[in-house]
Amino acid sequence: MNKVKSLVLAGLLAFAPSIAMNGQALAQDNVAAAAAPAADNAAAPADSAANATEAAPVAKVAAPPRMKPTEGIGMPKPGEVTLQEQFTSTGHTARWLHDKMLLPLIFAISILVLALMLYAMWKFRASANPIPSKTSHNTLIEVVWTVLPVLILLVVAVPSIGLLADQYKPAPKDALTVKVTGYQWYWGYEYPDAGIPEFVSNMLTEEQAKASGEPHQLAADNRLVLPVGRPIKLIITGADVIHSFAVPSLWVKMDAVPGRLNEKSFTIEKPGVYYGQCSELCGARHGFMPIAIEALPPAQFDQWVLSQGGKLPGAAPAAAETAQAAAPAAAPVADAKL
Amino acid sequence: MTTITADHHSDHTHDHHDADHKPAFFQRWFMSTNHKDIGTLYLIFAIFAGVVGGAISGLMRAELAQPGIQYLQGWANIQHAMLGAEPASLDQAYHLWNALITAHGLIMVFFMVMPAIIGGFGNWFVPIMIGAPDMAFPRMNNISFWLLIPAFALLLGSAFVPGGTGYGAGTGWTVYAPLSTSGSAGPAVDMAILSLHIAGAGSILGAVNFITTILNMRAPGMTLHKMPLFVWSVLVTAFLLLLALPVLAAAITMLLTDRNFGTTFYDASGGGDPELYQHLFWFFGHPEVYIMILPGFGIVSQIISTFSKKPVFGYLGMAYAMVAIGVVGFVVWAHHMFTTGMSVNVKMYFTAATMVIAVPTGIKIFSWIATIWGGSISYKTPMVWALGFIFLFTVGGVTGVVLANGGVDDVLHDTYYVVAHFHYVLSLGAVFSLFAGFYYWFPKMSGRMYNEFLGQLHFWVFFVGVNMLFFPMHFLGLSGMPRRYPDYPAAFEKWNSVATHGYEIMAVGMVIFFINVFWSLAAGKKAVGNPWGEGATTLEWTLSSPPPFHQFETLPVIDDAAHH
Repeated sequence: MNKVKSLVLAGLLAFAPSIAMNGQALAQDNVAAAAAPAADNAAAPADSAANATEAAPVAKVAAPPRMKPTEGIGMPKPGEVTLQEQFTSTGHTARWLHDKMLLPLIFAISILVLALMLYAMWKFRASANPIPSKTSHNTLIEVVWTVLPVLILLVVAVPSIGLLADQYKPAPKDALTVKVTGYQWYWGYEYPDAGIPEFVSNMLTEEQAKASGEPHQLAADNRLVLPVGRPIKLIITGADVIHSFAVPSLWVKMDAVPGRLNEKSFTIEKPGVYYGQCSELCGARHGFMPIAIEALPPAQFDQWVLSQGGKLPGAAPAAAETAQAAAPAAAPVADAKL
Repeated sequence: MTTITADHHSDHTHDHHDADHKPAFFQRWFMSTNHKDIGTLYLIFAIFAGVVGGAISGLMRAELAQPGIQYLQGWANIQHAMLGAEPASLDQAYHLWNALITAHGLIMVFFMVMPAIIGGFGNWFVPIMIGAPDMAFPRMNNISFWLLIPAFALLLGSAFVPGGTGYGAGTGWTVYAPLSTSGSAGPAVDMAILSLHIAGAGSILGAVNFITTILNMRAPGMTLHKMPLFVWSVLVTAFLLLLALPVLAAAITMLLTDRNFGTTFYDASGGGDPELYQHLFWFFGHPEVYIMILPGFGIVSQIISTFSKKPVFGYLGMAYAMVAIGVVGFVVWAHHMFTTGMSVNVKMYFTAATMVIAVPTGIKIFSWIATIWGGSISYKTPMVWALGFIFLFTVGGVTGVVLANGGVDDVLHDTYYVVAHFHYVLSLGAVFSLFAGFYYWFPKMSGRMYNEFLGQLHFWVFFVGVNMLFFPMHFLGLSGMPRRYPDYPAAFEKWNSVATHGYEIMAVGMVIFFINVFWSLAAGKKAVGNPWGEGATTLEWTLSSPPPFHQFETLPVIDDAAHH
C-alpha cells in the first residue's frame, strides 16, 4: 500500500475524542512541569512520564539530554541562496533533481532566451537594419521549437516520476508510527506503538530560545523525538483547520487536514535537530507554531521512550532497567527553564 | 497583419457630426453604453485598486524588512481605534497580517489585473480591432463595470467587521475551508465571499459580451484567422472566464451555506471534505492565472510586431498556442495541492500534465523572438516594456517547470519560491504587459503623446525595483521560508531586507509613472492617428486619436489579399 490513506469521516469521529482528552491532560501536565523549580530538574521524572495512565508503572529512566542544534544544519543559514542540506534519501534524490537537473536547465533556457533577444535587439535595431524582412513563417523551425521542449520535458519527467515513486514507498511493517496533529496553534505528537500519549509542542519565546541556544521562531519546547536510521511513519492530521507539517531538511511537507489521515514515511540519516514551520495558513498565529525534530541514535531514542513511560517494541519489562543503567544522568527532556 | 482598403480612411477624417455627439457628463460616465468610455472607467478603477493593493504590499514589505514585529501592532491599534474598539491584542495584530495578505491578493487579481487587462484594454480595443462599432451588448457592458464598485466596497468594508480572531477576512485569497468556515466567525468572510460573487458575476457578463462580439461582429473580411492576436487572446480568455467562474461561484456558495446555514460540504464531521473546496477553487484558480496573462500575451504580440515593423512570426501557432494553454489550463489544477496527501498516481498525472504547458508557452516565447529577428526595431517605451515582459515571463515560467515536479514541490510548496514564481509571471509578467499596453495605446485613448523620457525612466526604475523585490524570494523559498508569515527567523533577514529596498525603488518607478500620466494628459503633444508608423497595422491606428465617439458607422472592409 503505497498511497497515503485518507479516512474522511471515520478518522475525525474516531480520533477527535481522544485528541481532546489528551490535550487537556497534557495541558495541565505542562503547566505543572513549567512551574517546577529549575533545581528539581535532575530529580524530577520526565514530564510526559507523569502523564502515563495511573495503572502503568512509572518508568524511572532519565531522558537523554536536550540536544543542541548545529548551526546551519536542519535550519536556514543566513543569506542562503539554495536548498537546505538534506538528511533523508528522498531528500538527496530530490535535491539532486533540483540542483543537477532542473536548476542548470532553467538557467540554460533563461540565458538562451536572453542571449537570443539581446543579439536580435542589437543586430536588428532600426538604425542598423532599416528594411525589415517580411518572413513570418518557417515550418521547420516551428516544429523544432515545439518538439525540442517536449523531448527535454520527457527527459525531466523520468527522474521526476521516479522521485515521486520513491517518496510514496510504503513504510516497512516495523516502522515507528507517530501521530502528528496540528492545532491552532501548536503541534501534538503521539506514539501509539510505544504507548506514549500525546504531548504538545509550543514555540519558545525569544528569551527562552536565546537561553536554550536555538533560533527564535524555530525552537519549540517539547520536540518531536525520532530515532536515526529507523523507518518512521508519520500519520498527520489536523484538529481544527488545515495546517501543514513541514521540515525542509528532511524533504517533508504534508498537510494536516481535519478528517483525513495523511501518511509520510522517511528515515533520518544523522542525529541532529531539524526545524520546520507550519506551511498552510491556519489563522492568527500561523507563523508561530514551529516544528522541532530531535533525531537520536537508536539506543538513546529507546532511552527516551522509556523515560516517557513508553514501552519498546517486543521488549520485556526488564529491558527498561538495562536501559536505565546505561542512561547518562542528565536533565529531562522538558527543561523547566523553558 | 491586415491591410485596410484605402477608401476607409476618408470615413473618419471629416467632421463627425453624429459620431462625436457625446452625452452630458452624468449620462456619459454613469449610464454609459460606449465601449471606449466603459474601457476608460475600467482603467481608472484598476489604477485606483492597484494603488490600494500596492500600498498594502508596501505595508507588508515594511513589516518584513527585519525580523520581529515592528509596525503590525500599531496598524492594528489604528484599525481598532477607527472602530472604537479597545487596542488590539498581539493575536489580533497577527490576524490583521492575514487580512492584509488576503486583501492584497484579492485586490490585485480581481480589482486590478482583470479590470485593466480585460475590462480596460479589451473593451477599448477588441471592437475597434475587429472593425465593430461597439460591443454586442452595450448596456450589459455597463453593468459588468458597475458591479465592480459594490464588489470592491464589500471587500474593503470587510476589513472593518469581525472576521475571527480580529477584524477583516484573514483566510488568504484562496479562502480555504475550514479556516474560512468554522475558523473565521463574524461577517468579514461573508462580505469577502459576496464580493467575489459580485465581481465574478460582472466578469461572466463581460465574457459573454466579448464572445458574442468577437464571434458575430467582425467587419467583412475579418475572418477568425485574420483577427489580431490581442483579439484572439481576449476570445480565449472570455471562454476561460465563462467556464471557470461558475465553478468558483459554486465553491464559495457552499462556503456561505457551510458558514451560515449548517451545511457540511467542507466539514468532515458532517460527511464533507475540506479538500473538495480546494479542488473546486483551483479548478477555477488555475484557469484564472491564464485569464490574467493571456491578454498580456496578446498585447505583447501587437507591440512586438508594431515596433519590429514585421508581422507576428507564426501567427497561427501563436493563436493556437493560446487555445492550447487555455485547454490544458483546465486539467492541471491539482498541482496547487501537491502536499494535501493525494495518491501517487494523481500526483504523477498532475506533474506530467503541468509540464506540458511549457510547450505552448515556449512556442510563444520563441515566436516573439523570431518576430523581432530580421525586423527594424525601434525602442519606444511600449517596446521596451514588451521586451522586458518576454524575458521576465521566461524567468517566471521556468520556475514553474521546477514547481511542476510534485516531488520537488514537496519542499517548495507554500514557500517564498512560489511567491517569487507567481510574482514573476504576474507582477513582472501581467503588469509589464499592462504598462506596455498602456504606453502603446495611451496616445490613441487620450489623444496625447506620453513623455518618452519619463516612460523609459519608469521602465528602468521599475525593472530594477521589481527584480530586486522578487528575485531574492527564490532564495528565501529554497531556504525554506514559508508564505504568509509576518515574522521569520533571523537567517532570512538578508534577502527580506533586499526585497524591501526593491519595493522602495519600484515605488519610485510608480511615482514617475503617475507624473508622466498627469503631465501628458495636461500638456502632452497632440497625438496623430498613427504615431507608430508602418508597423502599426491594426484597425485602431486607422482612426483619429482619440477615436470618434462612435467609430465604424460604415464598416471597414478587410482586404482579401492580406496574408494569413
